[in-house]
Amino acid sequence: MRTIRFLIQKEFIQIFRNKGMLPIIFGMPIIQLLILTNAATFDLRNVQFHLIDRDQTTTSRKLVEKFTSSEYFIPVAQSFSDEKGEENLKSNRARMVLNIPGNFEKEVLSNKVSHIQFIINAEDGNAAGLTQTYASNIVHAFAMEYQSVWSSVDNPKQIKIDYSFWYNPELNYETYMIPGILVALVSMIGLFLSGMNIVREKEIGTIEQLNVTPIKKHEFIIGKLLPFWLLGLFILGFGLFVAKLIFNIPIMGSLWLIFGTAAVYLIVVLGIGLFISTVTDTQQQAMFIAWFFMVIFMLLGGLFTPIESMPSWAQNLTVVNPIAHYIQMMRGILIKGAVIGDISFQVIVLSLYSIIMLTLSVLRYRKVND
Amino acid sequence: MPAIVVKNLTKKYGGVIAVNALTFSVEKGELFGFIGPDGAGKTSLFRILTTLLLPDAGEASVNNLDVVKDYKKLRTQLGYMPGRFSLYQDLSVEENLKFFASVFGTTIEENYDLIKDIYVQIEPFKKRRAGQLSGGMKQKLALSCALIHKPEILFLDEPTTGVDAVSRKEFWEMLKRLQQKGITVVVSTPYMDEASLCGRIALIQNGKILGIDTPNNIVKTFDKPLLAVKARNTHALIEALRKYPHMHSLYPFGEFLHYTDKRVQFSNDEIHDYLTTEMIQQIEMKPIEPNIEDCFMALMEKQDHE
Repeated sequence: MRTIRFLIQKEFIQIFRNKGMLPIIFGMPIIQLLILTNAATFDLRNVQFHLIDRDQTTTSRKLVEKFTSSEYFIPVAQSFSDEKGEENLKSNRARMVLNIPGNFEKEVLSNKVSHIQFIINAEDGNAAGLTQTYASNIVHAFAMEYQSVWSSVDNPKQIKIDYSFWYNPELNYETYMIPGILVALVSMIGLFLSGMNIVREKEIGTIEQLNVTPIKKHEFIIGKLLPFWLLGLFILGFGLFVAKLIFNIPIMGSLWLIFGTAAVYLIVVLGIGLFISTVTDTQQQAMFIAWFFMVIFMLLGGLFTPIESMPSWAQNLTVVNPIAHYIQMMRGILIKGAVIGDISFQVIVLSLYSIIMLTLSVLRYRKVND
Repeated sequence: MPAIVVKNLTKKYGGVIAVNALTFSVEKGELFGFIGPDGAGKTSLFRILTTLLLPDAGEASVNNLDVVKDYKKLRTQLGYMPGRFSLYQDLSVEENLKFFASVFGTTIEENYDLIKDIYVQIEPFKKRRAGQLSGGMKQKLALSCALIHKPEILFLDEPTTGVDAVSRKEFWEMLKRLQQKGITVVVSTPYMDEASLCGRIALIQNGKILGIDTPNNIVKTFDKPLLAVKARNTHALIEALRKYPHMHSLYPFGEFLHYTDKRVQFSNDEIHDYLTTEMIQQIEMKPIEPNIEDCFMALMEKQDHE
């Protein structure tokens, strides 16, 4: 016990003496939350479009007005020729061309099928899909209005759907994003700092001096992991505090559960970091391996793209992805107010994971070289 | 009872043999030196003896404890100072010492007597980070840290490499004092001139011991008369002597060449005459006593012939 205390004490002196450390601890949460939540958004606003209105009637103008008055579309140019529109698409001045043919009003008034055309830049498929949805919605709303005003026939039977969005009623993007970013934050601290730390001792040779001491394996490993475990929990708390203060995110579930699950999750991440440090000799190697796993875990973890939209093999992979589990847990607890029963599967998986990782790295860590 | 007993100890890295079937023993209380060039196997041997490296074959025991089986107990009894400075550069002098004392379950105060002579020299800088110390002071701190748990045997791997001449001399005096306090000191060095400071030495090359004895006895094994030769043009002198049919060995030492002859009976004038016919000018010749390096070269040559 005494030895562990001295190891931890030494570790903390080193952490706080490291000039790069405090900016990481306090800067990273704030910067990640501010930048990622605001920039990495799925919302599409201000789509610039090129207008070709060959009709030039009240009806066509009304339709255009529907587009321009929405917050999603901004007209950037207008012409009567298709070529001009194409040019603007190519030069990225416009992302969409709205093409209204000459007999648009006539068709609308005659209750025939009427046509308009969207040409959308689909380099980014996601954005193109969203653009199309928004544009279609606008046209749909426009059509409904006209139908009720002009149609003299009986109103066709309609099914009215009432939506009710649960857990995030305002479809607030930040609410969805922040739990995931907090997870990313905790993971990075855990994985990189713990992994780097032991390799650093190898690199500068201090491990040699430690190895000739009678420090026991478990003492060394606890002494190495505990400081970063505490640091990870602290950063999570700090991140939550910033998120609450700036974005006023909901914290529906219990804080105890948030930190309890974080405690288990951090053991997994620290275990992975420790394992990486036992199989590498330099900080550079450790950094690359840690990055490799970090990128895969993050991209497949459902932080940016929903896991449900991945192919089934990728979905199966998430079983071994601790980040995916923890993002689900954090979203569940923070947004839905999940209790331990709701996330028991993830808790069990992460607990098993933590035991496996710790065992592996303890077995792998050697005080004697072959 | 010997402090170190080694039998047929072997360590290989792939195809390279670092330690080649070594057998030797070191008595308690000795100041024992391993002398040999870089890559001779000194560090591998030290790492095996300090339980950091597993041997491939053979046995080694330190203080009657097997380095493989009893490593746990052994670690509390030995002190090791690796060749590379391996203390925490971002911790202060005092913090380093305190840390190593505490992981050995002791305190600075408890064993202060042992390190006092050394530590007082760096104590004025005890708040300074270890990374900011000069080379000599780093060595003193490393030695203090290796001694803080009062080891019975101390291993120092090339402690004087990269240290200035004055600090080197001081350092050897410290080692002498430690020996007088009853600690067995085992040290390795590539500097031949440090051999005479040890009680006994082992000359080591390519993982093998070429000779093991007191420095004086090692010098006595040198059985040929040794000549130091100098001329205006050293290069021409080397060429001429290499061609000389009676030449046995020739090694440059500073401005002189150390020369031995194959013949048992010969006179220096004969060589002088030969060199004169070879147009060598300003010839200077004198018989000298061999030093450890001469012995090392001779033993190495002998080994190569075998």
